[in-house]
Amino acid sequence: MTPETARTIAVDVNGVSYEREVEARKLLIHFLRDDLDLTGSHVGCDTGNCGACSVLVDGVLLKSCMLLAVQADGTSIRTVEGLGSDGELDALQQAFADHHALQCGYCTPGMLMSASWLLERNPRPSEEEIRRAIQGNICRCTGYVNIVRAVQAASGQEVSE
Amino acid sequence: MTETTVTPERPLVVEETETKPGFVGQNVPRKEDKRLVQGQGVFFDDVKRHGMGYVHFVRSPYGHAKIRSIDVARALEVGGVYGTLTGDEVAILTDPFFELSTPPGAHIKDYALAVGKVRHVGEPVAAVVASSRELARDASELVEVEYEPLPALVDGEAALAEGAPILHEEAGSNVVWSGLFDWGDFEAARAEADHVVKIERLHFDRFSSTPLECSGCLVEYNRGTGQWTMYCNHQMPGVGAIWMAPALRVGIDKLRFVTQDIGGAFGNKICLHPQFVACCLLARKLNRPIQWTEWRTDQHTANAHGNERTFLDVEVPVKADGTMLGFSVRAVDDCGAFPRYEPLGCIIWAQVTPGCYRWRNIRVDFTQVVTNKSPVSPNRGYSRMQHLWLTERIVDIVARELGLDPVEVRKRNYVRTEEMPYETPNGCIYDSGNYARCLDIALELIDYDQLEERRRDAEARGKLLGFGIGSTLDSGTNNFGQSTLLNPELQFSGNNEVATVKLDIFGEIVVTLGTVPQGQGHETTAAQVVADILGCTPDDVNVRPGHDTYWNSHAGLSGTYASQFAVTGLGAVKGATEKLAAEMRKLASLVLGCSEDDIELAEGQARMKANPEAALPFMALGAILNANNAGLPTDLDITLNARYMYRPPFELPDKERKYGNLTLTYATQIHACLIEVDPETGGYEIVDYAAVDDCGKRIHPQIVEGQVHGATAQALGAATHEIFAYDEDGNLLTPNFYDYHVPHALDMPPIKNGYIESESPFTPLGAKGMGEGGGAGIHAVCAALQDALGKTVTRSCNPYHRVWELLRSEDRGVTVQAR
Repeated sequence: MTPETARTIAVDVNGVSYEREVEARKLLIHFLRDDLDLTGSHVGCDTGNCGACSVLVDGVLLKSCMLLAVQADGTSIRTVEGLGSDGELDALQQAFADHHALQCGYCTPGMLMSASWLLERNPRPSEEEIRRAIQGNICRCTGYVNIVRAVQAASGQEVSE
Repeated sequence: MTETTVTPERPLVVEETETKPGFVGQNVPRKEDKRLVQGQGVFFDDVKRHGMGYVHFVRSPYGHAKIRSIDVARALEVGGVYGTLTGDEVAILTDPFFELSTPPGAHIKDYALAVGKVRHVGEPVAAVVASSRELARDASELVEVEYEPLPALVDGEAALAEGAPILHEEAGSNVVWSGLFDWGDFEAARAEADHVVKIERLHFDRFSSTPLECSGCLVEYNRGTGQWTMYCNHQMPGVGAIWMAPALRVGIDKLRFVTQDIGGAFGNKICLHPQFVACCLLARKLNRPIQWTEWRTDQHTANAHGNERTFLDVEVPVKADGTMLGFSVRAVDDCGAFPRYEPLGCIIWAQVTPGCYRWRNIRVDFTQVVTNKSPVSPNRGYSRMQHLWLTERIVDIVARELGLDPVEVRKRNYVRTEEMPYETPNGCIYDSGNYARCLDIALELIDYDQLEERRRDAEARGKLLGFGIGSTLDSGTNNFGQSTLLNPELQFSGNNEVATVKLDIFGEIVVTLGTVPQGQGHETTAAQVVADILGCTPDDVNVRPGHDTYWNSHAGLSGTYASQFAVTGLGAVKGATEKLAAEMRKLASLVLGCSEDDIELAEGQARMKANPEAALPFMALGAILNANNAGLPTDLDITLNARYMYRPPFELPDKERKYGNLTLTYATQIHACLIEVDPETGGYEIVDYAAVDDCGKRIHPQIVEGQVHGATAQALGAATHEIFAYDEDGNLLTPNFYDYHVPHALDMPPIKNGYIESESPFTPLGAKGMGEGGGAGIHAVCAALQDALGKTVTRSCNPYHRVWELLRSEDRGVTVQAR
């Protein structure tokens, strides 16, 4: 049995401060989903391959299943719930809807975080750069075609056919 | 309207049917998207209940073993562990799930947990419930199970060998079901042929669509009523309940399935009844809500694989001009450790018996066996994909052997558009289509006229260029009567789906569906259909997301499976909306003092055609009947809440001849691709790819295109990388996304799309079910590899190492007999 250890951590998630006691072994994704009820980020694998749990931690794109919650102590985290404002979609979210870049929507939160991070650093990425940026996110519905188009549209570029 | 189908520098390839005014046929914004892009979807794992316990299943480390003992005592001592369940309890508290097969498969005993024996790695043998998922997982390691290992069986053909280990002693054999299908006159065809091409062995590999969201449920038990509520992602609750209720020894109304958003299913979420029954037993036993979320590794090892099939002794009689007269084959289908939805796969392929071809003489000797591998379940393209791979392999292998052109030989043998509706040798009716036209469009999209130039260019760079075609049919809307061709005692036939549409008190139009959407945009397309009939906009139509048994908007065969929503789901929506519209006109005519025929529904009003000023807004109609109805005639029999069951026009098939119409619609997919192989490494790249689709009237072209993209991606994964490979002891070698490589963004080639619309004469909207047709990608890649390598391709999945081996192997296994 794993020894029970817990400690209190403080994080800022989407501009809200939280202080919670967490088990040392708890993954950040489970902390976000189960303890903070921020269920937008998803779990699709056990191995860090699928990217459905991608979030920004202190501005860096990370898979939140690859990090313990205690490691995130003192950080500022952004999840899909932090995109857009006042219930309005941001340009990337709108482009995903306009270009049918999602079907079941399960990979979408992670995909949006990866694409957001790309666009923050590279406002006009090439198709190759877009594909590279979402390479760590698995989608089983779309074949990525319309996701690439949506990111192109969100960055004000012509959409490849 | 967004145009999604035209490549700017290319000619228009879309041949649309007549565009009617209205929302059907337009790319209206998807209703589902706003919540999903904000992370506000509700998937089953997002649902929480006070005091819920998390389940972890203790799973078999052996492919095949007797269970000597299970001891849960140490697990129960751990603080925070709420309880356990073992196979012994399950055997007392439940009955085995019913089997669809005749004997020997009928005698197989399948329970929620292993009873006495394990038959595949990952099979659940016990369950532990604790206050957290981590604790449940830890405590499950304290469950002591003593096994007596038995020899494992990991090959379908070996399962038939004398002396093979028997998985299910009560069945007395590893055969689930076997039967001979013999249509036309194969012997006469062989006598008439100028050549007979013989292929020793073809093998369709095991893979699955692996939805990104794993399976699971949150189960609540109501002690007062004896009723279970399952917040879950089951994609076929109607049939799930038919399995579960008798096993749990309760009436079907005790089982309530609730879904909202589902993270993909692809058929893989049809056979969840064993795990759900375990959760139901635990919820009752422990008196608390039970939460089960499958781990990815468990999904790969122990949930739902696609059928693996070996084709032996294929014979193809061919005329000198390339006309093929049919084929004969012996098929061995490996369904893993338990049949579950099987043996339906032993007949589903017969929906597309001759593939796209005019072949009249077909003999299939079909046997399904169990092995010590994960059970199978329907998987996008279910059973037809394996069979269509066979037909496409036949065409390309025959073409190669006889020096025929793969384009010309297809056109010579394709069913022709002027022959539609076309009756196949086994009585299926291909409703409409134009395969040759689709092929021409595909060839145009990949610049087929420059093939030889590109071949030379590749050669100059040290690469081998290959060209391949995949032609498939996506048969949709099952006639469940086909199950009686397997087992005459089964009481299933036809098909159905239900929808209700109501006008509520403030004028809200509310639609409930019996279907269980997983990303196909049902809320959106249902609203399009309703809006056109009621004279409002899709924004005015509220479609409840997901499925709930308590809505009473479903039937026994409800669900989202087998490419049918555009026919059955929207057929039900259309029927319900027309009933509601008639009631609205009737009520308005009473209020306005005119005949029902004088009333039209438009712009959110019921109004007099002759005098649009005399109008009642929908809100008034809703309020009058629901809240302000004094003075209405006492014999006025309307509810403004219309329920409609769509039933496709099916007859019972002829059991003796195994003959009849097994599906209502046949969408077409013709794919073509070019690949470049590096002969040094076996690595290859798809350098050009075209997918041409014909699903009749497209309700929402953007959604159709999304389905084409996704199905193609899954096919390309299955063609190039995805195999559930086992070692000789029955260990799965690809149990997660680390080892099982699904396509990532950089793996996908650009896909060029083209469409024609051959409306179905048999469906309410001229639409055909679609979405499962991606198998064409597997066939096209196999054909292209064969062309590039100059070697017969005999496996469906060809990773680089297989290509490398193929390049260095002798070409064997195909003979041509001249007559």
